[in-house]
Order: sequence, then C-alpha cells, then structure tokens
Amino acid sequence: MYFNEEFETLPRPALEALQLKRLQVVVERVYANVPFYKDSFDRAGLKPADVRSLDDLQRFPFTTKQNMRDSYPYGLFAAPLEEVVRIHASSGTTGKPTVVGYTQKDIETWSELMARSFMAAGAHRGDIIHNAYGYGLFTGGLGAHYGAERLGASVIPISGGNTKRQIMIMQDFGSTVLTCTPSYSLFMAEEASAAGIDFKKLKLRIGIFGAEPWSEAMRGEIEAKLNLSAIDIYGLSEIMGPGVAIECIEAKKGLHIWEDHFIPEIIDPATGLRLPDGELGELVITTITKQGIPLIRYRTRDITSITYEPCVCGRTHARINRMCGRSDDMLIIRGVNVFPSQIESILVGIEGVEPHYLLIVDRKDNLDTLEVHVEVDEGIFSDEIKILQLLSKRIEKEIKDVLGITCTAKLVEPKTLQRSEGKATRVIDKRKF
Amino acid sequence: MKVEQISIFIENKSGRLAEITRILGENGINIRALSLADTSDFGILRLIVNDVERANHVLKGKGFTVNKTEVVAVEVPDRPGGLGAILQTLDTESINVEYMYAFVEHCGGNAVIIFRFDETDKAINVLKANNFSVLAGERLYSM
Repeated sequence: MYFNEEFETLPRPALEALQLKRLQVVVERVYANVPFYKDSFDRAGLKPADVRSLDDLQRFPFTTKQNMRDSYPYGLFAAPLEEVVRIHASSGTTGKPTVVGYTQKDIETWSELMARSFMAAGAHRGDIIHNAYGYGLFTGGLGAHYGAERLGASVIPISGGNTKRQIMIMQDFGSTVLTCTPSYSLFMAEEASAAGIDFKKLKLRIGIFGAEPWSEAMRGEIEAKLNLSAIDIYGLSEIMGPGVAIECIEAKKGLHIWEDHFIPEIIDPATGLRLPDGELGELVITTITKQGIPLIRYRTRDITSITYEPCVCGRTHARINRMCGRSDDMLIIRGVNVFPSQIESILVGIEGVEPHYLLIVDRKDNLDTLEVHVEVDEGIFSDEIKILQLLSKRIEKEIKDVLGITCTAKLVEPKTLQRSEGKATRVIDKRKF
Repeated sequence: MKVEQISIFIENKSGRLAEITRILGENGINIRALSLADTSDFGILRLIVNDVERANHVLKGKGFTVNKTEVVAVEVPDRPGGLGAILQTLDTESINVEYMYAFVEHCGGNAVIIFRFDETDKAINVLKANNFSVLAGERLYSM
C-alpha cells in the first residue's frame, strides 16, 4: 500500500534524474538567497552550474549544526519570513537552539512524507492515530499530526505525559496506531499492567516509534507487551522532522529514506569522504525540495549504513539501517539531545564546582535516567550536610531548567572520576540499544 | 576558646571509614572525638584530633577532601539536665546550633559537647557570660 505510488516506486533512473534536476534548482536557490552558501561555495571554488551529475554533490562543502547555530535564528533561511508559516527549533541547546522555518509548500511536503511514512508502516484512512509525541517547538507532535490528517486518519493530539489518561483514551477511543518514543511505549505498557489493564484488549495494531535509538531486542519487548507491530521512524528537525525515513511493515529491514526529497550519503566522519554502500558511516543529507531552509550536505552525526537493494515492498527508495550511534558525543536522553559539554557549562557556572564530572546514563523501568557525578573538592565542601544537599539540588534544578531533563546529582570524592591523558571519559552509557 | 575540627567528605561505600582511621593511626594521630553525619549518597566525618595540622596534611595527601572549621567545646556536668541548661541558654539568646555531638570524658565527672554555630564568637561570649565552661582547643586535643 502506497500513499504516492508513482513517486514511491519510481524506477531508479527516473528517481535519480529527478534528484539531479531538484539538486540543481536547490543549489541555485541557496547560492542566490543564503549568504552562508554563497560564501562557502565561493570558497570551495564552486558555482551552481558545477552540478552536472549527482556525483558532483561530493565536491560541495558540508553544512553542520554549528553553521546553523552561527546563523541563529534566521540566517540560513532561503525564503523571506513572510513566506514562512511555521517555525520549529531543535532541542539541542548549547546556548542557542537550531531554528528551522517551513513555507506552506514545506508543510505540504512534510505532511505528505509523514503520510507516506504512516502508510509504509501499515496505517491507513480509518485508523485512529494516538499521537503521544510532544507538541510544540519539537517537530515530533505536529509533524505526525499533519501527516495523520493528510493520510485521512483520525488523529488524537494527546501529546506526551499523563500516562493514566493516555491509557484511558486509548481504551475508550479505540486507538489503532500509537506514535511516541519507544521507551515511552514500554512505560505505558507497565503503567497499564500495574493498573490491571491488558494491552492485548486494546485495538492498537501498529506503533510508530522514533526520536531516540532503540534495539531489535527492544522491538521484541514492545511487540510482546503492547501487542502491536513496532515500526522505526527517523527524522531530525534540521532536515524536516519525523518522516525523513521509515521502515516498511512488509520488510522491517532498514528505513526507506524519501529520496525524491532528500539525497542521502554515508561518509567517513573523520575524512569526510563518501563510503561504499553497506559500510557504517555518518549520514549526510541534502534536502532537494525544501523552501524555508534547504540544507546542502547536512552532517546529521548519526551513524548508519545504506543499501540500494530492492525491497520486497516495491519501494525503490534506498534504506538506511537502524541508527547505531553518533559521530559526536551527543546523547539522546528521553528524546532530548544532550551534549556533555552543555552539562559541563552548567556545572562550571555554579560557583565552586570544578568541571570534573561523569554522566551515567541508564535505563530503568524503560525510562532513561541520568546521574551527574560531581567531585567534591575543598571549594564546595562544607562540614554541614544541608549545604551539600542544597548544592545537589541546585545542580539538578539548573540542568532541568536549561536542558529540560530530570537528573540526579551525586557528590563523589575527588579523583574518583577518571583522568586520562587525552580525552577524559565523561559519559558512561549503560543503555543497550 | 575555639576548637579546630576537621571534616572529611566520604562517599557511602564500604571501607572508606576504615581507610581514614588507618591513615590516622599509621601517622600517630589520636582521635579525641568524632561524629559521622550521613545521607544516602555521602557522609561527613567530623573529627577532633590531637594534631589537626598533621591530620589535615596526611588526609589531603591521600586525596581526601578535608576542611577545617571552628567549633566550640563546652564542659557540662555529666548528670541529668546538664545539656538542657546549655541549650536553654542558647535558645534564649537566639543562637542557632548547626550541629552538635557529645563525648564523655574518661576521667572526671564531666561530659564535653562539641557545638557548631553560625556565629561562633557570639556563642562563646554567651556561654561564658552564663558561666558555662568553654574548653580551649589545647585542653581538648591533649585530653
């Protein structure tokens, strides 16, 4: 079942011809409208006319998250603000979020790609889509919402939180499709089971889970506990939001990336050179239809591999594998992007606290947990318990205020955290993906 | 009239207290009084020792976080109501006790209470004005 059969099954030569045509247009467009791209192409000695084949894309410079931050908030917009109908921002906040703008056409494209994704996951008109992704600046909620409407399904815009109510609504409204983070789905299952509610009696058929890495083992657990077919979806706000790529329910083997709108590449994160199909490397995406903020060779930092082998579902679009890591030190904790350096700058901002810290990320009861270990040196040590406890609370509060994540601050003896000659180990991630 | 106390930060894990007492013992430092305040994650060991500087030095050398604070030692008759009289006086004068711990002298009939105040000097004046016996550090270290 396809949402847009013509484009989803376009034979590769036609798909590549379309990509080239669209790539030429977008390169022209950013060169003319975005000073950042004019500068960066000029520095590389390239003109838009240099794009004669898809291979020529490799000669163009990358765009990074830092470039986006440096252009905060609207510097990379290729469309005037009067044409921008929606603004989202990513959760990664080393100081400033990365801001993305959508024109009406972008929203339509996004809605279609999300609708295609729903369809690929096995959802269709008549489904009741229980959308538990957060609504707001985060792209998850509204992205899935518009896609569900475009599909013609009924969407329940419940957003995240208030698990008891979520379960009641799923029971009473007869939700058939659940969209949320994989860890939240398991949390719901446990809450339901504690309340004596059997997920097998619910009408849920499909779960579409994304915004954080998860494993095949976790898929098995989710499918058993929630009695549904669990599908992996991928997206990032810089590129669009959810629906950049999705598994098809027929194969559940790799995520089809919608190649008529995005050109994927896999590069060696160290050298920046393109890697052969099947090899693990960093995913780089060029958006070829976006109006608001088109990005050329955006380094996603996500590590995956790609295959162009035909899929049983009949879609001709390449498949990327389940994300298996990051090429930077970003952590995704409960769906929120966190860089250790962000925590470091919060700690350094607290008087007396030395930047010797260790982050321990784990998953308890299917929810990510973060422990921040801080060394107690003479600068912060007090012979009074309450002063040290206030310090822990303050660290917890500041991290919550800045990053929006709940953590536990733990004070530890000095020199107990590893000092290494080179890069100190700042993170222990005990989660299994 | 103030007494120097050293406080040591210890994580709640087995063997840390033994480690500290071993280091002190090996360096010939005698503990006069101690108190351990603990939470689920960490503890603060407070010590009155016969050689504050040396204890401070050797513990820091072993990587412990140590600080010195001034506390007040008050001698009270070791009988019912002895401590109550001091606390009543402090309360009347609005002096707040941050924490306290006690030990009983092994000779003589008095107990010694160690107090940590916010306003140490004011507390000493009040105690003395009310005829309580505030002990000098030297006396305590060599008890």
